[in-house]
Amino acid sequence: MTRRIAVLGAGVAGLCVATELSDRGFDVSIHDPAGAPGAHGCSWWAGGMLAPYCEYENAEPPVLINGQMALAWWSEKTEVAHKGTLVVAQPRDRRDVARFASRTEGYETVDSARIQDLEPDLGRRFPAGLYFAGEGHLDPRRALTDLVARLRAQGVGIQTLPPAPERQIVDCRGLAAQDRLANLRGVRGEMALIRSRDVAFTRPIRLLHARIPLYVVPRGDGVYMLGATMIESSARGPMTVRSALELLSAAYALNPAFGEAEILEFGTDLRPAFPDNLPRVVEKDGVLYVNGLYRHGYLMAPALAQQVAERITGQMEALNATAD
Amino acid sequence: MRTFYGTALETPLMLGTAQYPSPAILAEAFKASQASVATVSLRREGSGGEGQAFWDMIRDLGVRVLPNTAGCHTVKEAVTTAHMARELFDTRWIKLEVIGQTDTLQPDVFELVEAARILTEDGFQVFPYCTEDLVVAERLLGAGCEVLMPWGAPIGTGLGLSNPYGLRTIRARFPDVAMVVDAGIGLPSHAAAAMEMGFDAVLLNTAVAKAGDPVQMARAMALAAEAGAAGHAADPMPPREMAEPSTPVIGQAFLS
Repeated sequence: MTRRIAVLGAGVAGLCVATELSDRGFDVSIHDPAGAPGAHGCSWWAGGMLAPYCEYENAEPPVLINGQMALAWWSEKTEVAHKGTLVVAQPRDRRDVARFASRTEGYETVDSARIQDLEPDLGRRFPAGLYFAGEGHLDPRRALTDLVARLRAQGVGIQTLPPAPERQIVDCRGLAAQDRLANLRGVRGEMALIRSRDVAFTRPIRLLHARIPLYVVPRGDGVYMLGATMIESSARGPMTVRSALELLSAAYALNPAFGEAEILEFGTDLRPAFPDNLPRVVEKDGVLYVNGLYRHGYLMAPALAQQVAERITGQMEALNATAD
Repeated sequence: MRTFYGTALETPLMLGTAQYPSPAILAEAFKASQASVATVSLRREGSGGEGQAFWDMIRDLGVRVLPNTAGCHTVKEAVTTAHMARELFDTRWIKLEVIGQTDTLQPDVFELVEAARILTEDGFQVFPYCTEDLVVAERLLGAGCEVLMPWGAPIGTGLGLSNPYGLRTIRARFPDVAMVVDAGIGLPSHAAAAMEMGFDAVLLNTAVAKAGDPVQMARAMALAAEAGAAGHAADPMPPREMAEPSTPVIGQAFLS
């Protein structure tokens, strides 16, 4: 096993793996035909919520366990807002708040006064909610750019050509690796970016709703990300009218002043997922694959990157012991 | 025995495939439920019209697929979606859903009858999602349907059988028609109650997919549906007002 590693893919998985390996002294190269993170990768369209407790409501224990270290990991590399998450529901859906709470941990139950206290622009429209103080959020595009800059400072650049054959390959290409990982599928997600001069939210807000669950993530300067649909489809076409109507009207329900917000972007992409919707490191024909990050890219990539680094380090040590 | 367009089902449970935490849990739930039919929606998921890994997983469940037209609001949408379903899943079966009202998602029975007629003439075997209205049922049968799917309660509510009288009436009125109670089932007891009334199957989705433990709920629904069906088949005793002791009391000193 060589110390020279080639990481395929410059999305959140690839950049986290490259960062973790480079920090441990490995000779790393990154290979991505696009040359930089961007709209071609689903990391570009993510919410950027570091919300292990909220995600645990509908996910399996590894999401909680591995997600908890993500806040500290990202805080060393990019700007992370440690403002927690607020979960609210409209009066007729208030029973869903208790149900959400019963399936996770790490929250404080809040009433309408406390909700208004935390986010004045929610007013007293929401009778009950949950506040997850230990969660955070980041701006995905900035986070990717910061990782690229940090790697470049360590002499690790992104090459558009394939790697030299002697390098150990870590394949982080997401759905593009479908040709090698047969049980990988795409789950369509649609999002919007809007700018409001009226609404000032400081933390991600999740609106519980039987049909249209929504989250709003503040990006600063009045910009908000609205996300995201989850459709079992691998169609990459543009946002549908129905999805746009749903996302926008859910945002309007949070604060009617969003009605005057400007729509900056509609985005669509496919989340790579395995059948259990859990990410993993797979070794196949000498290649390590990091994939299936589904809707937990920023939450789970740091833990997976550490797993890869530990695996490669362990293999090196075993090899060295044999050589001795 | 009533059949579904000539097909006898091994178990009286039909299970939807939406909203599970993951496809892996969906597959486990199917195994636990031993459901004989999987319904799958196409309207939103198939907008790109391309090969879908999720649909391959549904096919791999090894149960009959009943594609549906969930999310369609007009005859035209429903007919188009049905045609897509026939190609994708190589089946003439179609669960016909034409939504008429956004809040309750209740069927638009007028569009439903029209769509059923068009699809039946085109060779489809239509499973119409309808209300328990007898006139609507008659029109659907007149349009060529051989199966009816009256609702228990609105989709996703889990309210159970909100009009038991209406369901008993429609069951009694069309004794030869295979019928499935579709939608509104939230608890195993709801499924059992529908089967006790003599329905041929129950169709549910949210109750299993959104349970804290979908696999366990799938099993519970299977047991309940089986219990209800066995109870109906056993010709239950009629309820009566007066107590009837199973041990004779005549000649015993019960008046002391």
